[in-house]
Amino acid sequence: MAQVTMEDVSKVYGEDVVAVRDMNLDIEDGEFAVFVGPSGCGKSTALRMIAGLEDISRGKVFIGDNLVNDLPPRDRDVAMVFQNYALYPHMNVRENMGFALKLRKMDKAEIGRRVDEAARILSIEHFLDRKPKALSGGQRQRVALGRAIVREPKAFLMDEPLSNLDAKLRVQMRTEIAKLHNRIGTTTIYVTHDQTEAMTMADRIVVLKDGIVQQVASPQQMYEHPTNVFVAGFIGSPAMNFIRARLERENGGLAVTFGSTRMLLGRELMAKAGEREDLGKYAGKEVVLGIRPEHIEDARLAEGDALISNQGDGEAANTIEVEPQVIESMGSEKYLYFGISKEHAARLESIEELTSEGGTDDGDAEGSAGGSGSADDSGDLLVARISVESEARLGQKMRLALDATKIRLFDIETEKAIL
Amino acid sequence: MSAASASTGRGGTLNSALFYVFLVVFVLVSVFPLVWIFKMSIVTKAELFESPPTILPNTPTAASYGTIFADPSFQKALINSTIIAGVTTVICLFFGSIAAYAIARLRFRFKSIVMTLILAISFFPAVAIIAPLFIQFRRIGIIDTYLAAIVPDVVFALPLTIWILVAFFKELPFDLEEAAKIDGATTIQAFRMVIVPLAAPGVFTTAILTFIFAWNEFLFANTFLFDDNTQPVTVVIPNFATVYTVDYGAQAAAAVVVTVPLVIMVLIFQRRIVSGLTAGAVKG
Repeated sequence: MAQVTMEDVSKVYGEDVVAVRDMNLDIEDGEFAVFVGPSGCGKSTALRMIAGLEDISRGKVFIGDNLVNDLPPRDRDVAMVFQNYALYPHMNVRENMGFALKLRKMDKAEIGRRVDEAARILSIEHFLDRKPKALSGGQRQRVALGRAIVREPKAFLMDEPLSNLDAKLRVQMRTEIAKLHNRIGTTTIYVTHDQTEAMTMADRIVVLKDGIVQQVASPQQMYEHPTNVFVAGFIGSPAMNFIRARLERENGGLAVTFGSTRMLLGRELMAKAGEREDLGKYAGKEVVLGIRPEHIEDARLAEGDALISNQGDGEAANTIEVEPQVIESMGSEKYLYFGISKEHAARLESIEELTSEGGTDDGDAEGSAGGSGSADDSGDLLVARISVESEARLGQKMRLALDATKIRLFDIETEKAIL
Repeated sequence: MSAASASTGRGGTLNSALFYVFLVVFVLVSVFPLVWIFKMSIVTKAELFESPPTILPNTPTAASYGTIFADPSFQKALINSTIIAGVTTVICLFFGSIAAYAIARLRFRFKSIVMTLILAISFFPAVAIIAPLFIQFRRIGIIDTYLAAIVPDVVFALPLTIWILVAFFKELPFDLEEAAKIDGATTIQAFRMVIVPLAAPGVFTTAILTFIFAWNEFLFANTFLFDDNTQPVTVVIPNFATVYTVDYGAQAAAAVVVTVPLVIMVLIFQRRIVSGLTAGAVKG
């Protein structure tokens, strides 16, 4: 086991096609790090540079204390699990798993012992004499994992290992890989385009976009404090809603407003954000308001402290009148999709990319997309996760309450988080 | 609705009936010359010219086979054919597998143009180049040597070899090589322990097809080889004739002898050959 360090690592193809730009990363010994991002973001390239399957154009990669830039894969002592398993078709499971050890000229008895041990951990003892083609997808992936385990390498590198499996099996294998990591504790770098996998498995998530690291943080940290619009929109399902709003001074504090909606930024929120002094300079300017679907509730069910009273007219200030366009019942909650007037719709480039690719939605969205076909529309629609007790009806105007303590604000130009 | 489905049902039966009729006719037409040559090879000379001819031989005899195997020039021709086809196959496989591996594995521009050019070579009418080749070969002094047959055979067989091998190599997942390297294999070990075993069936199939191509080649051999010592069987078979008579029985027997090994080989490996010709056509 070892830590993996990347120092200013870049990958440039030809003259000017940059796949990975100046990547800096310290992955601790025993950590489970997940590289996540839409396709073409450079996550696989980064992994393959660590594996030694791609040359490193610039920068340094260390595995443990060794600079590995010029070492061939075989001398890096890392094991890799491939998306399509890459099992040797002419060898049976036992030979597949023992291949690396055989190349190392390890004692036959020891190879047998290690293979049996790994097979037991992965419950594939019964398949040891079969060829890969006689195995199901899930079994093949277990063998691929087994082939990595027996080596007892410094690090596991996994390149989208679950994306060839069907949704149910994927969830199951996700748990198994997490369990496996808890058990043997080997440093693991896992590449995926699926933010759910990243959230559920990672100790730390590394979000990449266009070859540039956007944020490195624990899943919770990243969920609560995304550094920019891209990360905010990428992490979380359904994705965060973005609204074009205005920051205004009010009673010595700051308030976010759009339409008739008005949310005073609480002291707590400001304090948590580290008393950003520069927030004041956005006063009177447009900002992007980000709010997660679970922080929007049917106003009727959100009576009480979640509502901010509006001096004067009857409606609470932190509510918004909407007309539900799609309501999806998930059993435990409802997803309510609604439109917002054009002037407040935040059309952000980085989010457009995501919605057009459908990269943020995964296992969860598959059900809803199949159910109502709303996934396509939801690019323009905002979504709220409301209580099942809500009596919201399609096309019937209603009010939704926004939780003002959970909002995020972003610079409309740079798309960087300002709160 | 029911009428429509009934008519499609009837159409289906009719179609499959037509299919089998066509199949039988096709097989008969294809196989007839071979069967007839075999029959010619096992009858007496008198029966050869009997009129009307019979389908089955009246008095089977192996006399023609005795004639050809007693003829040293035929034996020598068999050896020559084996040498020419064998060397052609080895050369084609060596260069073909290197080229095909590169084409299948590497990313480079104009790949499809390169592939088309390679294919275009095999479109070239052999007759068109035979005269210039003859002059060239005479100048460099390889007329009447094996090389005179091997060189053009390689030129025309190589495109076939490359195309089939590219299809095979493309089917080998690139990840396997990478997996082997990560597992600790050197490039040579990865090639020897992972790629070669996987590519072997494809390479073997290609070898058979190339060998057959070279074995059957007649035009170049007939034009460039005049000496019994180098002529392959395809050139020698018509020579079973004297000034006054043609020994059709012996010719038929010789044709059977040179064809049967190929037919057996193809029958044994037909599954692989078909998959070789269609490799990559359909994913799965």
